[in-house]
Amino acid sequence: MIRVLVAKPGLDGHDRGAKVIARALRDAGMEVIYTGLRQTPEMIVNAALQEDVQVIGLSILSGAHNAIVPKVMELLREKDMTDVKVIVGGIIPDEDAAALKRDGVAAVFQPGASLDAIVTFIRAAV
Amino acid sequence: MKTVDRTFTTISGVPIDPLYTAADAPRNLEGPGEFPYTRGIHRDMYRGKLWTMRQFSGFATPEETNRRYHYLLQQGQTGLSVAFDLPTLMGYDADHAMSVGEVGKCGAPISSLEDMEILFRGIPLGDVSVSMTINSPASVLWAMYLAVAEQQGVDWTRVSGTLQNDILKEYIAQKEYIFPPRPSMRLVTDTIEFGARHTPKFNPISISGYHIREAGSTAVQELAFTLRDGIEYVDWALERGLAIDDFAPRLSFFFNAHSDFFEEIAKYRAARRIWATAMRDRYGAQSERSMKLRFHAQTAGCSLTWQQPYNNVVRTAIQALAAVLGGCQSLHTNSLDEAYALPSEHAVTIALRTQQVLAHESGVAATADPLGGSYFLEKLTADSEAAANDYIRQIDDMGGMIPAIEAGFPQTEIAAASYRYQREVEAGERVIVGVNKFQSDDQPLELLQIDENAGKHQEEKLANLRRRRDAAVVARTLDALKRGAEGTENTMPLILDAVRAYATLGEICDAFRDVFGTYQEVTRL
Repeated sequence: MIRVLVAKPGLDGHDRGAKVIARALRDAGMEVIYTGLRQTPEMIVNAALQEDVQVIGLSILSGAHNAIVPKVMELLREKDMTDVKVIVGGIIPDEDAAALKRDGVAAVFQPGASLDAIVTFIRAAV
Repeated sequence: MKTVDRTFTTISGVPIDPLYTAADAPRNLEGPGEFPYTRGIHRDMYRGKLWTMRQFSGFATPEETNRRYHYLLQQGQTGLSVAFDLPTLMGYDADHAMSVGEVGKCGAPISSLEDMEILFRGIPLGDVSVSMTINSPASVLWAMYLAVAEQQGVDWTRVSGTLQNDILKEYIAQKEYIFPPRPSMRLVTDTIEFGARHTPKFNPISISGYHIREAGSTAVQELAFTLRDGIEYVDWALERGLAIDDFAPRLSFFFNAHSDFFEEIAKYRAARRIWATAMRDRYGAQSERSMKLRFHAQTAGCSLTWQQPYNNVVRTAIQALAAVLGGCQSLHTNSLDEAYALPSEHAVTIALRTQQVLAHESGVAATADPLGGSYFLEKLTADSEAAANDYIRQIDDMGGMIPAIEAGFPQTEIAAASYRYQREVEAGERVIVGVNKFQSDDQPLELLQIDENAGKHQEEKLANLRRRRDAAVVARTLDALKRGAEGTENTMPLILDAVRAYATLGEICDAFRDVFGTYQEVTRL
């Protein structure tokens, strides 16, 4: 079974998207662990290690992605966890999405992305 | 003729009949300005006074935001509405570790009275009404605001505006809480009590359904949870020893203006009816002003699409029209680029012009409740009222809103509704133009860029302030605040003392954190 950590980093409390995605992945037969709100990159990477997940999904709507996501990627490299796929969802402008992908993010889902596209991507990536 | 056998429902899933007739509408409808105010709180509605056009704004630094406020006032906006950034909303200073990457991103960063002074530089607080979207640390930001008014020589009896200060909907929907529910409610009650004594023209709270709806609720859930939150605040203020008619007239509300036109208008009408009835029958209010539900509306941020963003101008116009036909007292219209970023000056100007077109060209402001008596609207109004009252009774039976929140009741109801809606969109049962139907390529937009140096600028200013101020006075006022928080006295005068000494937002909230602890929610998926 595919194991996914859905995480809300930063101070943003808007968790509608994270919760909808968590439920959709669970309905698609995946094991979903939801971290809850206001997680630091350290907390997220530790949870990913503890829970032995194959995928980390980060939901960020506050514009802080350029500060937060690279930190998560750096910690994954430090801990030799680069096999964990990181996907990011939220309000991520195209140029930032491209930069995050260059940093190793597997996919960025912007507003309007379908649940189906996210499920399909994860199945293919793992 | 072919029969259409699919069911038609509102965006919230309420079934709609093919036709409504006189049998669906009440025989007698009271007039506007008459209890229970279904048709509006004023007899002459917008003839007497148009709604206040109030665009929510704040970004980067207090300096930048102050420039935007001056621009908006020059463009004919009639009130200000402050957006604070996430660190401020969470009670952290700009130089706190949790603030990295967040300073100035979603609003203006305000860490001290100095920032508040800059924010309102050149803006006369005796003349302009100001709304502040701040919740958990609301009393601190309000104290800063009142201190700026003092500096301007404006008597507190003259300051007008609104503090959002609705902590219950934070636990339910927006999740920007700091302390546990009960001490948070005490802080809110402190502001209601302080306002009743000192600021007769200021609304100490704006009981908000907006965020509940944005989190994915139905219209009825928005209505019910918001009004039940209102009842909770009233209970706490009465418990404090205030008389209902001494504070209820200053309670204000804030609703979403979503896309389903008639459902939204019905929601506002039902809200007035439920509130008026609760004030009279549940609390024995005597003053009409206690019974009249006044509300601000904002068009639905969650309805804005990233795809084909110019369509958002149309969505916003329809939503704003619903708010006006529903009798709002003030209105924010979203900008076309807000699925991407905080709005550019160009986009926010179109949003303001949308309201001005409604007010001055459409003719809808010429008569009160122009849709009153519509069979469909009256039926929807009555059904919304009944469905919301069912929810309110359920929450009463749970012992009130705090036990309901602790049991996760409103949260799980909203999550279920938002998931159901998303599934309908996925299945193509709900059409979102440009997203799941009628797709085409988009033109790129010119977006507002937030200065990446905003955080550094704020940190430097704060470091300077910490060197300049009298550390002994800061320590003394913070200590007094802590002792006050441990007891039962009203914390507002103590917060004012700390703010005037230039204690920072983070320091004041830390004093509260020490006494009250912090809140972690148990998430139910």
